[in-house]
Amino acid sequence: MGELLVRPRLLWHALPWVIAVAFYFFAGGYLSLGTQVMIWILFTLSLDLVLGYAGIVTLGHAAFFGFGAYAAGIFCVRVTGDPLLGMVVATLLTGVVGFLTGILILHTTGVTFLMLSLAILSMLAEFANKANSLTGGDNGLQGMELSPLFGQFEFNMFGYTAYVYTLVVLFLWFLVSWRVVHSPFGRSLDGIRQSPRRMRAIGTPVWWRLVAIYTLSAAMAGSAGVLSAYAARFVGLSVLSLFTSGIVAVMLILGGVRRIYGAFIGAAVYYLVQDYTAKLNPYLWEFVIGGLLIVVVLFLEGGLMSLIDLMARPFRRSTKA
Amino acid sequence: MAYALTILLDGVSFGMVLFVISVGLTVTMGMMRVVNLAHGSFAMAGGYIAAMMTQKGIDFHVAVVAGMLGAGVLGGICEFVFYRPLYRKGDLAQVLLTVGLVFISIASVTAIFGAFPYPLVMPKYMLELVDIGFRTYPAYRLFVLAVGGVAAAILWYVIEYSLIGAKVRAAVDNPRMARGVGMNVNLLFSLSFIVGCALAGLGGAIGAGMLSLEPAYALKYIVLFLVVVIVGGEGSFKGSFVAAMALGLIDTMGRYFIPDVAPYMLYVAVFFLLLWRPKGLLPPKSVA
Repeated sequence: MGELLVRPRLLWHALPWVIAVAFYFFAGGYLSLGTQVMIWILFTLSLDLVLGYAGIVTLGHAAFFGFGAYAAGIFCVRVTGDPLLGMVVATLLTGVVGFLTGILILHTTGVTFLMLSLAILSMLAEFANKANSLTGGDNGLQGMELSPLFGQFEFNMFGYTAYVYTLVVLFLWFLVSWRVVHSPFGRSLDGIRQSPRRMRAIGTPVWWRLVAIYTLSAAMAGSAGVLSAYAARFVGLSVLSLFTSGIVAVMLILGGVRRIYGAFIGAAVYYLVQDYTAKLNPYLWEFVIGGLLIVVVLFLEGGLMSLIDLMARPFRRSTKA
Repeated sequence: MAYALTILLDGVSFGMVLFVISVGLTVTMGMMRVVNLAHGSFAMAGGYIAAMMTQKGIDFHVAVVAGMLGAGVLGGICEFVFYRPLYRKGDLAQVLLTVGLVFISIASVTAIFGAFPYPLVMPKYMLELVDIGFRTYPAYRLFVLAVGGVAAAILWYVIEYSLIGAKVRAAVDNPRMARGVGMNVNLLFSLSFIVGCALAGLGGAIGAGMLSLEPAYALKYIVLFLVVVIVGGEGSFKGSFVAAMALGLIDTMGRYFIPDVAPYMLYVAVFFLLLWRPKGLLPPKSVA
């Protein structure tokens, strides 16, 4: 308790989790929306690691989200419906895909990298579209029957199990990202983003560091995909589209790049805006999201997190960088 | 033989559309290093303007020209409002802002024209089959070939032999040096951006029979246009011509012979080609 009085910031760190737990009890019909938000927070967080911290500008991150979703779905249909085993297997597989594609394409930078990441995404999307017997093609993957978690909690239409499961997975990955970002390894990524050449000159194995974070981030995005497959018990082709990559980038920039909590705010605000505007008019939300994106890029480079910083400044005694 | 020639014609006419749309993108990305993902939106704008006019009963040829001009004007406005502040920002800001533009264009088109494919009404003669010696061939494709060929020839002449073309080439090769010798690179860039958008609009309008007009157009085909630019080499006109033709031929041949694997064959080819030559097939001299 004394610790908390000395460092009130710890309370701030608890805030998102308190909200998430409270939401479980008060959400009612909005629970599945909460699950969606948390899935996208996880996906955004994974993008923040590569795009924000390591400075790898990619538009192909949906490849990992989609791969994870399909891997979990196919594993569930073909092998076993155990949600824990499925999660572990699909996450690891996605990590392997991230590693293999990473070692191939991380030699390149800029637009060439962007194009290569898009090519991978497009290849996977076309494959999922054509491999009817495996993925269900156009109709999506159906017939996922998950066995109850720990033999007790069923994944049903009310979504209580899915919510808690998602929350726990998100929390675990959050701890991992927090640790990674604040480690010497995370610091070296910061350096690589700012100047790969200088980092190489001081002896950092730049390429391996990038491959490492790319693999980790791919696994994380894969987990998010698994969660989305479990929450809907269905996987559609849209998970592997450029649109998905675009949306996750919007969430990231909206919340604030290189701010772990930016992912939380970005994904939540995105869903609020989408939910609200889509009720008014079915295509208004694309318009609003596009507009928000432009405004944030041109006028608010730190995203919504920088607004929060601005508001919090008068209350903070010491200014910490 | 006739079969092979048909495939060749199909491939080249598709490649022509790709080239006309993408050539503006190669200037944007080559000269200002701007990652412009919204280029497809301008092609879409041109296509929709032309389609709307033909549906109102206006002559097809007038409509195509109007689509081209409309896309050019839109491009000019966007360049002034959105792209100017972008030049000094990094890749990420450019990617995101242009994705934002894509979202807005998709939403606007859905709001105005509806979510379903929007047909462009073609004049009667274009729907007929023309006897070209060894077989009959759709007049529409021949029209596309002719227009694309003329546009490419004019463009090639301007870029290779006129003063403004020489300036554009210099600015693509080395923007700093071009500024250093007193060229107004910004003005040059604005001009070529507008011309590029107008060409995209032209391609969107005449290509509406191959790349069908729908709200997702801006997002669906941007990967194809980017492939043309990057495989050809950023900022390289010849490169993007070669890449567009190759892409058109490979895609068409794939559809004829191996329809099952054709879609990803293309991406696999692009993938390995870029690993082999990250700067593209024919990069401009200073980049190579």
